[in-house]
Amino acid sequence: MFKLLKHMKGYTKECIISPTFKLLEACFELFVPLVVARIVDIGIANADKGYVTRQCLILVALAVVGLCCTLLAQYYAAKAAVGFSTKVKHSLFSHIQSLSYTEIDTLGTPTLITRMTSDMNQVQSGVNLTLRLFMRSPFIVFGAMIMAFTIDTKSALVFAVAIPVLALVVFGIMWATIPLYKRVQSKLDRVLGITRENLTGARVIRAFANEENEEQDFKVATRELNLAQKFVGKISAIMNPATYAIVNIAIAVLIWNGAIRVDSGSLTQGQVIALYNYMSQILVELIKLANLIVTITKAVACGNRVQGVFEIKPSIDSGKICAGNGEGAVEFKSASLRYANASENSLDKVNFSAKRGETIGIIGGTGSGKTSLVNLIPRFYDVCEGEVLVDGINVKDYSSEALLEKIGIVPQRAVLFAGSIRDNMRWGNENATDDEIIEAISLAQAKDVLDGKEGGLDFVIEQGGRNLSGGQRQRFTIARALVKKPEILIFDDSSSALDFATDARLRASLKSLDYNPTVFIVSQRTASIAGADKIIVLDDGEVVGIGTHNELLNTCVVYSEIYSSQFKKEGV
Amino acid sequence: MKKSKIKSSTIRQVLHYVRNYKLLLFLSILFATITVALTLYIPIIVGQAIDLLANGQGNIDLDKVLFLLGNIAIIAVIIALLQWIMNNINNKITYNVVRDVRNDAFEKIERLPLKYIDSHSHGEIVSKVIADVDQFADGLLMGFTQLFTGVVTILGTIVFLILINFKIALVVVLLTPLSLFIANFIAKKTYSMFHKQSSVRAEQTAIIDEMVGNLKVVKAFSHEDEAIEKFDIVNEKLQKCSVKAIFFSSLVNPTTRFVNALVYASVALVGAFTVIGSGEVALTIGALSSVLSYATQYAKPFNEISGVVSELQNALACAERTFALINEEAEVAEPSDAIALSNVEGRVTLDDVSFSYNENQRLIENLCLDISKGQRIAIVGPTGCGKTTLINLLMRFYDVKGGSISVDGNDIRKITRASLRESYGMVLQETWIRNASIRDNIAIGKPDATDEEIIEASKRSHAHSFVKRLPNGYDTIVSEDSSLLSQGQKQLLCIARIMLCLPPMLILDEATSSIDTRTEIKIQDAFAQMMKGRTSFIVAHRLSTIREADLILVMNAGKIIEQGTHDELLAKGGFYHSLYNSQFEGQEEN
Repeated sequence: MFKLLKHMKGYTKECIISPTFKLLEACFELFVPLVVARIVDIGIANADKGYVTRQCLILVALAVVGLCCTLLAQYYAAKAAVGFSTKVKHSLFSHIQSLSYTEIDTLGTPTLITRMTSDMNQVQSGVNLTLRLFMRSPFIVFGAMIMAFTIDTKSALVFAVAIPVLALVVFGIMWATIPLYKRVQSKLDRVLGITRENLTGARVIRAFANEENEEQDFKVATRELNLAQKFVGKISAIMNPATYAIVNIAIAVLIWNGAIRVDSGSLTQGQVIALYNYMSQILVELIKLANLIVTITKAVACGNRVQGVFEIKPSIDSGKICAGNGEGAVEFKSASLRYANASENSLDKVNFSAKRGETIGIIGGTGSGKTSLVNLIPRFYDVCEGEVLVDGINVKDYSSEALLEKIGIVPQRAVLFAGSIRDNMRWGNENATDDEIIEAISLAQAKDVLDGKEGGLDFVIEQGGRNLSGGQRQRFTIARALVKKPEILIFDDSSSALDFATDARLRASLKSLDYNPTVFIVSQRTASIAGADKIIVLDDGEVVGIGTHNELLNTCVVYSEIYSSQFKKEGV
Repeated sequence: MKKSKIKSSTIRQVLHYVRNYKLLLFLSILFATITVALTLYIPIIVGQAIDLLANGQGNIDLDKVLFLLGNIAIIAVIIALLQWIMNNINNKITYNVVRDVRNDAFEKIERLPLKYIDSHSHGEIVSKVIADVDQFADGLLMGFTQLFTGVVTILGTIVFLILINFKIALVVVLLTPLSLFIANFIAKKTYSMFHKQSSVRAEQTAIIDEMVGNLKVVKAFSHEDEAIEKFDIVNEKLQKCSVKAIFFSSLVNPTTRFVNALVYASVALVGAFTVIGSGEVALTIGALSSVLSYATQYAKPFNEISGVVSELQNALACAERTFALINEEAEVAEPSDAIALSNVEGRVTLDDVSFSYNENQRLIENLCLDISKGQRIAIVGPTGCGKTTLINLLMRFYDVKGGSISVDGNDIRKITRASLRESYGMVLQETWIRNASIRDNIAIGKPDATDEEIIEASKRSHAHSFVKRLPNGYDTIVSEDSSLLSQGQKQLLCIARIMLCLPPMLILDEATSSIDTRTEIKIQDAFAQMMKGRTSFIVAHRLSTIREADLILVMNAGKIIEQGTHDELLAKGGFYHSLYNSQFEGQEEN
């Protein structure tokens, strides 16, 4: 949590002003019992109404100055807390964006989302309250003790004992509850996970009429959350009553001691009242402090979770080289890949090379490593052995932007983002003109879709592309990659949602590209890759054949099996 | 309290949830009253003790002082115990209400028409179930712990004050409304600010959901900077709203504290004057000290109540959003005499069916189909022609706008949804893998399936061989973004689900699109066996998959433009013919 505080930079002024003014206000408050003691000991004793009135006016003046101080303090506290959380959220978001695929796989997105939203809200209110109260309350507590010492040293000893005991209770409970709040938050993660899952999987869940089971699961999750919340609540609920009891016992001791001291003539009645008032002030502050501590413990727990994300460093650090020779050549030298937590290599010693303008088909059974292979080119994952070269340079030596600049990818899952079609297309190239965009859309066989949408390029795609069909989304994701006019184009099984006619037209249009990209096509269909210059056949993470369609038909058993299975079925 | 913009229906709904905990609520109120009364009694004892000190040096009745102080200690311990119990009760009520609200919200999600889920951002719905309910809980808890005790303390203080001295009580009562008035004024001002903050926050959540949820795509396009830029715009917008909302709501505390300081000064003035004027008859110094102590204690509940008020504003604004989800209209209720289908034969009739997603774009019109038991229906057509829409209607994810669909002669609107949907085995192109073990993923349609059945089903869907190679076999935890599974493997798991249930009718929407053809052939064999005697609807691009269908529906632009068998349609030389030939082209390139 405390490492997060570096984001406070830029709000130093606010962080100083806010507590300072809170302290000023507290000082004014500490004068109040002294004034009251004087009213009793001087004003009432002498029946001096003028004196009493003057003292009461001082009370009012203290209140007015106090109010002004607090207003300033509240404003700067709000400004600093919100500014802080805005900065942290910015850094957190940027940091998350910098994580590589491996971290995304291990962390999962739901927890990243909770940390950015509900955890950050807690942190913000924690910081806000800390600035407003955390300085003030201990200050009043110790201030009251010091004031007590100025009145009577012996009586003040009661304060000196009571305050450490109170501190022990308050911090003990704080210490005990932090891990428990963490647990609550992880239970909440689970509730969030199920909720998300049920939104994305609504169709499947309903198709299996599984709603009631889901509700049961959800109820189990909310029940666990509920129990965890109640458990931590039980412990933190000790704080208020315990401090209350301690303070009142201290008051009893204080007055008892006062009584003896008055009896012996070393203390006045007004002074005892003042001491009593100081003890009461401590109680009021402690209650505030206790409530504050609950918020702060939560905030610290949440802050630690946020910090946890910051601590995850992207496993891929970008190199420095900013440009290759633009040859668009790709070479794998006994490249192997093993995913984090996996027991076996997903790709084993892959060797091949591709020259600019060549079309490389990648085919193989489900789970044979096709996607893994193409994911190595843009360095989404690092090889565990061997190397991957683009333009003769190891991908690890490129800056990630320079590398990705060369590559256009059409992922398996057709994901579009909220915004106009134009905005989405400009993901490929932010300076693309409308003409270039429309050209790419036509190449991707999506011109008819575009024409059918009201507003054309201005048509607004909803989050997740909900208002488009699967095939439409897929064609737009293809267009998005084409807008980039990259040296290397990768289609990760991305024509699976297209019908044959569209797929065939798409392949034909790819051949006509004037910038002559190196094209990788991952596919299940021999038809999609048969025309490729080189076909890589994968089986269970190993290359079992490389060559042209005709060569492979004769030499590669796996390939000819795949081919004949489709050839027969598709009845040419 | 603040009715300004909060709908009374929201408050009513909150009360509706609290009502289940009537007994606890009663106990909470009872304990609160006792605690408050005892808390207020302590200053009186203190006052009495202090009065004993007035006698001065050498004349103090120390025994009596000790007795009074002993009482204070005992009462303080009793109060502490009661308070702790009360806090636990309040926690229990709050967290249970929160649990109930979440459960209801979730139950609603399970029953919402798909139209709602398809057309709303998932991030926004999630934020209604998670973040909003959290904020609501915070407000509710504060409400319970502080609002009620606060009110009782104020009332109790006034009663005790009247008992001690009427004039002083009058000062307090007269100045009270000022404090309430200010709190009220600020709360009104802040409600709309909180509301705005809440909606900007939802906007931000949606961006986070999108850009973090699809991080892989964002990274593939080096679009991180743009994503950050977009995020920052909303982040800054939120910063502005939040500073305002937080600052204005934080005004409540100091201003009421200020009013209370005024009350304190006035009480001191009037009290001191009374003591002086009465010659310590009407008011002793001890009593004055009690009264002043009340004035401080009296400040506390006001601070708290006003703090609670702003928190409650926020809480209710959040509750309103969650309740909006809970109150969303569910799918059309099933008639009470809805039929639960059993022993389905698989006769499906579409009678004059019309459908559109929105009013101005007609999609399916006057569609009639008569499908008899065990027929295999293939639906073909170019991408985005509306094939999926037909499935939405068959599964009753959406209701027809006109005409009717019936199964075995029963209008599907008169059949229970569960039994209708369970009669179909559906595999969609878009896979959905939940964050659970492989076993649980396969058994979704039949949770009580034995291990043997699950393994058998996954063997038939050719998933067994890769599952057993996973680190923990069938117990391996997988999820949609997990790199443990390829897209095709996920699809195999989805197929295993229906292989396990063996429902009487099948809907296969591009069910094998990501599976390699060698495996696919084997699965097709399994499918073919399964389809025997089962009415099946198959959407596919691979025409070979469709050739053996009994009836082919050729769709284009939402309409069925041709129907018949493969040979009939080829002979016709229409749309299907050209579609089929385009596949030849694909093959001839070799």
